[in-house]
Amino acid sequence: MNRALTHGIIILGVLLFALPLWMILAGSTQDPGAIARGDLSLIPHWSGLHVYIDVLSSGGAGAQPVWRMLLVSFGMALTIAVGKIVISVLSAYAVTFFRFPFRMVAFWVIFITLMLPPEVRIIPTYDVIAGFGMINTFGGLTVPLMASATATLLFRQVFLVIPDELMEAARMDGAGPWRFLRDILLPVSAGNIAALFVILFVFGWNQYLWPLLVATDPKLDTIVIGIVKMIGVETQVEWNRVMAVAVLALLPPVAVVLLMQRWFVAGLTEGEK
Amino acid sequence: MATLQLDGLRKSFGSTHILQGVDLSLADGEMLVIVGASGCGKSTLLRLVAGLETPTSGSVLLDGRDITKLDPAARDIAMVFQNYALYPHMSVAENMSYGLRIRGVPKDTIRAKVEATAGLLGLEKLLARRPRELSGGQRQRVAMGRAIIRDPKMFLFDEPLSNLDAALRVQMRAEIRRLQRRLGVTSLYVTHDQVEAMTLGDRLLVRHQGVPVQFAPPMEVFARPATAYVAGFIGAPAMNFLPATLDGHNARLASGHAIALPNAHPGHASVTLGIRPENVVVTPNGLPMTVDLVEPLGSETLVHGRLADGTPLLVKQSGAMPVGEVLYVDLPPAELHVFDAGNGQRLAA
Amino acid sequence: MRRTIFPGWLLPAALVLPQLALTVVFFLLPAGEAVWSSLTRTDPFGLSSVFVGIDNFNDLFADPLYVETILRTIGFVAAVCVISMGTALLLAVMVEGVVRGRGIYRTMLIWPYAVAPAVAGVIWLFLLHPQIGLLGRWLNHNLGWDYSLNGTQAMLLVILASAWKQVSYNFIFFVAGLQSVPRTVTEAARMDGAHGFYRFRTITLPLLMPTVFFLIVVNVVYAAFDTFGAIWALTQGGPGKATETMLVKVYRDGVINLDLGSSSAQSVVLMVGVIVLTAVQFRFMGKRGK
Repeated sequence: MNRALTHGIIILGVLLFALPLWMILAGSTQDPGAIARGDLSLIPHWSGLHVYIDVLSSGGAGAQPVWRMLLVSFGMALTIAVGKIVISVLSAYAVTFFRFPFRMVAFWVIFITLMLPPEVRIIPTYDVIAGFGMINTFGGLTVPLMASATATLLFRQVFLVIPDELMEAARMDGAGPWRFLRDILLPVSAGNIAALFVILFVFGWNQYLWPLLVATDPKLDTIVIGIVKMIGVETQVEWNRVMAVAVLALLPPVAVVLLMQRWFVAGLTEGEK
Repeated sequence: MATLQLDGLRKSFGSTHILQGVDLSLADGEMLVIVGASGCGKSTLLRLVAGLETPTSGSVLLDGRDITKLDPAARDIAMVFQNYALYPHMSVAENMSYGLRIRGVPKDTIRAKVEATAGLLGLEKLLARRPRELSGGQRQRVAMGRAIIRDPKMFLFDEPLSNLDAALRVQMRAEIRRLQRRLGVTSLYVTHDQVEAMTLGDRLLVRHQGVPVQFAPPMEVFARPATAYVAGFIGAPAMNFLPATLDGHNARLASGHAIALPNAHPGHASVTLGIRPENVVVTPNGLPMTVDLVEPLGSETLVHGRLADGTPLLVKQSGAMPVGEVLYVDLPPAELHVFDAGNGQRLAA
Repeated sequence: MRRTIFPGWLLPAALVLPQLALTVVFFLLPAGEAVWSSLTRTDPFGLSSVFVGIDNFNDLFADPLYVETILRTIGFVAAVCVISMGTALLLAVMVEGVVRGRGIYRTMLIWPYAVAPAVAGVIWLFLLHPQIGLLGRWLNHNLGWDYSLNGTQAMLLVILASAWKQVSYNFIFFVAGLQSVPRTVTEAARMDGAHGFYRFRTITLPLLMPTVFFLIVVNVVYAAFDTFGAIWALTQGGPGKATETMLVKVYRDGVINLDLGSSSAQSVVLMVGVIVLTAVQFRFMGKRGK
């Protein structure tokens, strides 16, 4: 195919994603009145950049300041990512490197949760959380999202292809289960752990339905919840502020993906196997 | 330095018996090679000695001490693995010293030992490298170093050369043998390669389908193979086999040609005669063999053909081969190995 | 199964315990509860509940609105899958076909992976809002575009926003899939005289089918569940019920209308859907393994 045409199609694709991002970047610096009148321009007004300081410190009308929402989102994404990784590394380690009674039962119980994405059991899970008195708590926000079969299966896959000899060599060298995990298995799987961290961080950051349900206290508003709230107010929306918050909502996960792109892409596609 | 003794070692998974009652003893400093095709139980035997698996019954004695129930780490045995099993995230020095670090050996001692071992193996300049930055032969040396550095009572080798290319394999084979001699460490070496078995072992244990078939020094195994299987397995190119019937001292080939054997084997009617390709003699008044392939190897030539009765025969001749469709060959009775046609056992000469 | 393992069972049992506990408490218990309450009916005051068998399901499927929601969801899911996978495949093939700029192109097409569906919704609002949208105000002026009034337009909007966000994910997998097609195979096809699109259709695409099937499953799950944020941000299922997917209806009936029996029955229907999908996926993955 014609090379120019190929590049043309790709650039069109790139613009399909870059332009909307540019639009909210530029739009966030403009006068809210002008945007409301339909005069959204793609040329940024540098003087309007102070809107970021405004939203970070004060937030929208009656809403939490955005720095607080960012903090909640960060906490949630980090807790879910780290928690999930720790839990699934341990359980994957147990099912691959040990034999114990009901090993397969345990494996299947974990495995079956693949078939129950959070969304399909969202209301009964809410009831369980309510039963624990965890509504409007950080624990209620994060813990139910921590157990998932996907991460366990991924680590199991990774651990299964670790050659038997590597563990045998370590055992001959005198390494017990903990030492082997710490000195050999985790360093060898570092790339996969990094990749999974990116995937889970993004997963945690982007949650919407669960926080909407379980954390009605504005103090626990994540930035994703916050921005949808902002556009929900039909009258007198300060659109430049909405766009600024949108930029702040997508920047951290995008940054994590870009910074760790190499591991992330390899790890994501590896999970398919 | 140590002796190893296996008493009635048995391993089965459910009803599958991988090893049935192995008795074996190794003298101090001896290198015993266990050879056989895959599935003969040789790896399992090695792993039982290493402690990576527990036997169903029987015992392993190292220097007279029963170590059957001991953890691998507590046995003072080192192992070199087939794919080296180097820790990919550690440098050469870290790979070699990992076992010492776990045991809490002082840092100075570790440094001295790493240097000494690296010197022994020619790895001094590679100590900071990662395994993936090493060639196959270098990785092999690191794996050796990891075993040597601990001054173990015994080495176990699990097909350590099978991942190397042909030239390197020859070189490393000699290096392993030299090192083992020099250090004088009792060793158990497992391989499926008959050349390695011949060149490395003080004694050979040939196993076939889960049972030992011959246990002897390499040259004896070559000269007096205990079964037709051993005869075909040890030596390259492989031995020729010809079906025959016995009639007193005479062995009659399928074509009717009779060969007078040095000994009679009363009670055996049908036998298999074996002769190594290099022992077949080309002579004008021999048996006619129709040639179907000639493979010149330079210093020698392999001639594939069939006798009049259709039995395939391989002849190895030094130098080039006379051209022609038919070759006349003689099978000298003194070079013939006689096996029972039924169970393949060697018939005593 | 590994050849060697560590001895003992206490340690491994302790290691799986956290995950098992979370699984039982937050997965099996709620799923069980969903099944149970889908078989019961609670009186209007929430004081007692009676076992009603499959009545809730009968009611559900007798309700033309629910059947309509199912059909609407299927249409929505199919559209999102086709658009996001089609775009991603086109871009992946193009990017793999160029030498210069491949790295930067890839990065520029991967980053939207990180955008939350709800935030994608907000971005598309700024594109297509009839009064303030960059394109929306032009469309409104010339074609009478207003998704807050026109159901078809609203559906189009949520499809575009949902598909837009998912292109990156599919792109990453298609690139990986294309890279795993052996060069020698495409070169052999070239020697055989297969050119351009013909070569793609007869050689590359068949070899890419495993990736395509895998992505279909992932995209169906994405479109059915993860798009809730985008839909809720843009239309909340409206106007009317024009953009109400099955999950939106579960939320509306269960959380806003507090009809737990029906909402649970709907959850169970979704679970069955996912189970069937997973079964299909594993059957297919098993086939691929051979």
